[in-house]
Amino acid sequence: MDALLQFVFSGLTVGAVYALVALGFTIIYNASDVVNFAQGEFVMLGGMITVFTFEAGLPLPLAALAAILLTAALGVALNKLAIEPARGAPVVSLIIITIGASILIRGASQLIFDKQLHRFPAFSGDDPIRVLGATILPQSLWVIVGAVAVFVALWLFFTRTLTGRAVLATANNRTAAQLVGINTAWVMTLSFGLSAAIGALAGVLVTPITLVSYDVGVALALKGFAAAMLGGMGNPKGALVGGLLLGLLEAMTAGYLSSQYKDAVAFLVILGVLFVMPQGIFGHKSTERV
Amino acid sequence: MSLLEVSGLGISFGGLRAVEDVSFSVSPGEIVSVIGPNGAGKTTLFNMISGIYRPGRGSVRLNGQDVTATAPHLLARMGLSRTFQNLQIFQEMTVLDNVLAGYHLTERGPVWADLLALPSMRRRAAEVRRGARDLLARVRLDKAAEQEAGSLSYGALKRLEIARALALGPKILLLDEPAAGCNAVETEEIDHLIAELAASGIAILLVEHDMKLVMRISSHIVVLDHGQKIAEGDPATVSRNPAVIAAYLGTDAPTEDPAHADG
Repeated sequence: MDALLQFVFSGLTVGAVYALVALGFTIIYNASDVVNFAQGEFVMLGGMITVFTFEAGLPLPLAALAAILLTAALGVALNKLAIEPARGAPVVSLIIITIGASILIRGASQLIFDKQLHRFPAFSGDDPIRVLGATILPQSLWVIVGAVAVFVALWLFFTRTLTGRAVLATANNRTAAQLVGINTAWVMTLSFGLSAAIGALAGVLVTPITLVSYDVGVALALKGFAAAMLGGMGNPKGALVGGLLLGLLEAMTAGYLSSQYKDAVAFLVILGVLFVMPQGIFGHKSTERV
Repeated sequence: MSLLEVSGLGISFGGLRAVEDVSFSVSPGEIVSVIGPNGAGKTTLFNMISGIYRPGRGSVRLNGQDVTATAPHLLARMGLSRTFQNLQIFQEMTVLDNVLAGYHLTERGPVWADLLALPSMRRRAAEVRRGARDLLARVRLDKAAEQEAGSLSYGALKRLEIARALALGPKILLLDEPAAGCNAVETEEIDHLIAELAASGIAILLVEHDMKLVMRISSHIVVLDHGQKIAEGDPATVSRNPAVIAAYLGTDAPTEDPAHADG
């Protein structure tokens, strides 16, 4: 019983990170149908920039803020310099551009930062909290609360605000969105900036637990993608549920089977979703009108 | 003064001069139709006026202001809206939401006010919903307000697109084949709708193949053939113009009323 609860705690913690990555996917996918595979690199940059600015003497909250803002700026730059000039190219080409961007960012980080593992202190200390015989790190609570907070904010943004609905309208039909006066280029810029900021936030929150190095992005992007697929691509609720579910599955596999198989879970999930319900848990069936 | 002034507009695709030196103007409350055989460059002309294509030559002035090659979303804000020959509808949204999207510009308030659902914003949202429902009633889609747009018939979607364009409060409306694919009753409805809009002071620029419709409602007709303007004038003058008849029926044709040259 204690073991189960322990697995649940660790599952929820990693699941919350996957959920944040999946939310990042969701935003860009909603605005442009593009799956941004540089999303994992945004998480890595969030952690890395915080580490280096913190070690340079900035207080931790400021370092974290700097990391989030810089990463958001990089997201905007990615859109302006690589995605926007390729406007009109098929979605697959745009996705390949994001894979290229991810490789570039990884390489550049290796040069600018280094190849070591880094961490900075947890926000509220490292003393585990005991709950019913299991333990949870205070930082895990930060991660979980962070993911839920971002989810709620995004949910309100997409359903309540005009700007959010403009993003959804752009996703649904770009030409029609322009017709009603929506600046679709700005919507794209906003989406990349927001998505990068959320990725960076995930990096900031999780680095004290999992550590960060230049190459952590690839695995995170794949896991986040699996989570988004599981929940239903494009649906914030799906991203949250998919992320947490994938985290729990991984933790259970690691706990009850073998931690060797932990990483296989994400791929099995992708395969399972594609075979059984390609639209995911919350996605709705898409039909093309001809 | 005319609301829309098109002068010397032209564009080439590769070596093909799709539209060449076309000029005309539209005044408030006027219905101007652009007609011509298939491939005459009507839709291309529309795409240049509405900022989808960048014209190679010439200029477009809206309300005296040069708006040549201005982005579509900015033109929408300046009072020029359009519909498309192949529908551009938010298929996954409800009919009402499609029209509400048209209010996007006027509904604008600070994001934080939206998020907090301030009373002022809620009042504004309620007003906008009422306005949208009125517009739907005007195009006789009020009963379908909560349906997903993708489930509507083709003719209904055409009317929905007009309703959404109206939500922007346009000064001029560009309609690209609003009656295409509609049956006789639906065409009649669109006919009335367009006349009503013009009577309310909106300038209408129309591309249409249904000659009966064009002849009945237009105040002015511009005829294109092979990308060039070959005639212009009121319906009676244009329908007797030999160049127009030749364009539609070939040069050796007897003098027949082009009103029969539908499609």
